Amino acid sequence: MTRVREHPPPPGAAPRASASRARPALRHRLAERGVDRTLLLLAPGAVFLVLLFCYPFLYGLQLSFQPQRGGGALANYRAFFGDPYLRETVWITLGLAVPVALVNCLAAVPVAFRTRGPFRGRRLITTLLVMPITLGTVLTAQGLLGYLGPGGWLNKTLLATGITDTPLELVHNYWGVFASLVITGFPFSYLLTLSYLTGIDPGLEQAAATLGASKRQRFRHVTLPLLAPGLAVTFCLSFVLAFAVFPSAQLVGDPRGETHVISIEAYQAAFQKFDYSLGSAIAMVMAAVMTAVVLVVLAWRSMLYRGATGGKG
Amino acid sequence: MMSRFSTLGLDRVSRDFGGHTALEELTLDIAGGEFVALLGPSGCGKSTALNCLAGLLPLTGGAILLDGERIDSIAPERRGFGMVFQNYALFPHLTVRGNVAFGLKMARVPKADIVRRTDRALETVQLTGHAHRRPGQLSGGQQQRVAIARAIVLEPRLVLMDEPLSNLDASLRLEMRTEIRRLHQSLGLTTVYVTHDQEEALSLADRLVVLRDGVTQQIGTPGEVYGRPANRYVAAFMGYRNMLDVTVTAARGARLSLDLAGARITGLGRAPLSAGDRAVAALRPEDLEPAADGPARGIPAAVEVVEYHGREFAVQARLGDGRPVHFRTARRPAPGDAVELTADPERVLVFPPDVPAALGASRPGRRPGGSPRLRAVTP
Repeated sequence: MTRVREHPPPPGAAPRASASRARPALRHRLAERGVDRTLLLLAPGAVFLVLLFCYPFLYGLQLSFQPQRGGGALANYRAFFGDPYLRETVWITLGLAVPVALVNCLAAVPVAFRTRGPFRGRRLITTLLVMPITLGTVLTAQGLLGYLGPGGWLNKTLLATGITDTPLELVHNYWGVFASLVITGFPFSYLLTLSYLTGIDPGLEQAAATLGASKRQRFRHVTLPLLAPGLAVTFCLSFVLAFAVFPSAQLVGDPRGETHVISIEAYQAAFQKFDYSLGSAIAMVMAAVMTAVVLVVLAWRSMLYRGATGGKG
Repeated sequence: MMSRFSTLGLDRVSRDFGGHTALEELTLDIAGGEFVALLGPSGCGKSTALNCLAGLLPLTGGAILLDGERIDSIAPERRGFGMVFQNYALFPHLTVRGNVAFGLKMARVPKADIVRRTDRALETVQLTGHAHRRPGQLSGGQQQRVAIARAIVLEPRLVLMDEPLSNLDASLRLEMRTEIRRLHQSLGLTTVYVTHDQEEALSLADRLVVLRDGVTQQIGTPGEVYGRPANRYVAAFMGYRNMLDVTVTAARGARLSLDLAGARITGLGRAPLSAGDRAVAALRPEDLEPAADGPARGIPAAVEVVEYHGREFAVQARLGDGRPVHFRTARRPAPGDAVELTADPERVLVFPPDVPAALGASRPGRRPGGSPRLRAVTP
């Protein structure tokens, strides 16, 4: 242990070494910073992003400042925020997207928690939980209308069993859209949460158990803090998906009233009144609201522990 | 908080996984304050036994009794046993202090007591200066000490350690080994320690349990297991590197005369053997040495490979029939040299060629523990 491993360099060796230490080649210096030819593999993706996201976004942004009916650069925005019917769409959409994202996240946690370990039939149950991804909004809407509608099975059953004497109004209003968004959004939240959960070393919970922590304490003090950053990301994705709601708001909602969401207004401006400029302005408002919510959530996330969680993932 | 016990009894503790028996009827009484090591290669069931003790794994048979009371169905959080995990399992989102204080916080100990006891535990493992770091910022040895502090701060009735040193480098391992023994001596905590390293087990434990394929091979003090291994398997695990097939030519009690490929040696029978029996002579390399010049009557061998080990040379040689034999010597032999090897008859342990799967009488229904030579090989 006390043996000396490093030998001092022979006299005269050091100056020679430093004299011949030329600047390494540019390629090596770039490689040190992780820049090499394999980065070119990112090129198609970058081109795709510029052509299909950056360009349309910037085009739309400048279009929104050129109102068709004149009135200055901000006329579209003034028109949107000046009209209570239009302004209200922001709150209606938030009122749908935030609760839906919360419900999706909160529902995903216990389900993912229970299905993370191996058990008989795990694959079947996971498949069933993820299945709604394949349905698509229109099919989901169709199903909801048939099942929850005034003449649907649910109401028929409720009436027949005498639990209610008037059919419950579950479609063509807020709750229809809510249900549709939860059905299509849950699989995403579940899959994300599951992958975050399996990334947490199960040994940590065992350690907590040997330290006297009950099941509830283990979840509260070990699993939840390690899962929270992942939940924040899950919430953001879930929220963005729900905020852009359009088909289900039309099909199972009340597009003139309770579910008069912002994307309906953008669609109508652009493709029914052919006022592309106003349509773009509304799309920009949408983007701004989404960005604001996502930034708030990410700011909260940045205050959490986000390091290794010791697991396989 | 600390409640001592006088005995922790494992009564035929078994654990099956599917059709595979990981641990078979482990019976062991641990006295309060004792340091017991479970020793064996990976897959021998030692970690299974530890997890069963901790309550992390339900038993499939047998019982665990603490002073006569069954505890094997009690949840791990209510057993009051501390555990040090192989990968430490430190909470990555908590500081060193947070990790150590975790158990006290869960037990709703008053704040002032938490601070005092955490400070003392950190002092014990010499980590006071690192209290505000996160586990990710610590070296392996420091993490390991946090894991120990976290377990001992609760003053558990029993500390379970699952290969706590296996992730450390050689010099740190020696240092931490001394540290663990020192902690055990100063705190007097009953400890069950799992390891695959015979040296670690011998140096730390008051008593050793040697396991193989889930079956207990030998329970004894380090001296007993080292000097008097119960069977050739334990012997091989305890550093008896030379396992030489011999034939018993004469037996006077335990004193046996043996024929080793024509050479004659004497040894100590570790099981009843009689003249004509085939047997295995177990010998440590350090107990076998080349005879001084002269008409020595030892085992003739030809030196093949010589390794320098500092104070001595480790030599691999070949017997007349080509079987390898290992010995140590202070003088450097040259490859190709002919040597005559001699050994103290007390140090030559003779076992029957087949390892009995269990201690004592064989039990029915056990998987065959016989030698692979007798098994038919189908391609």
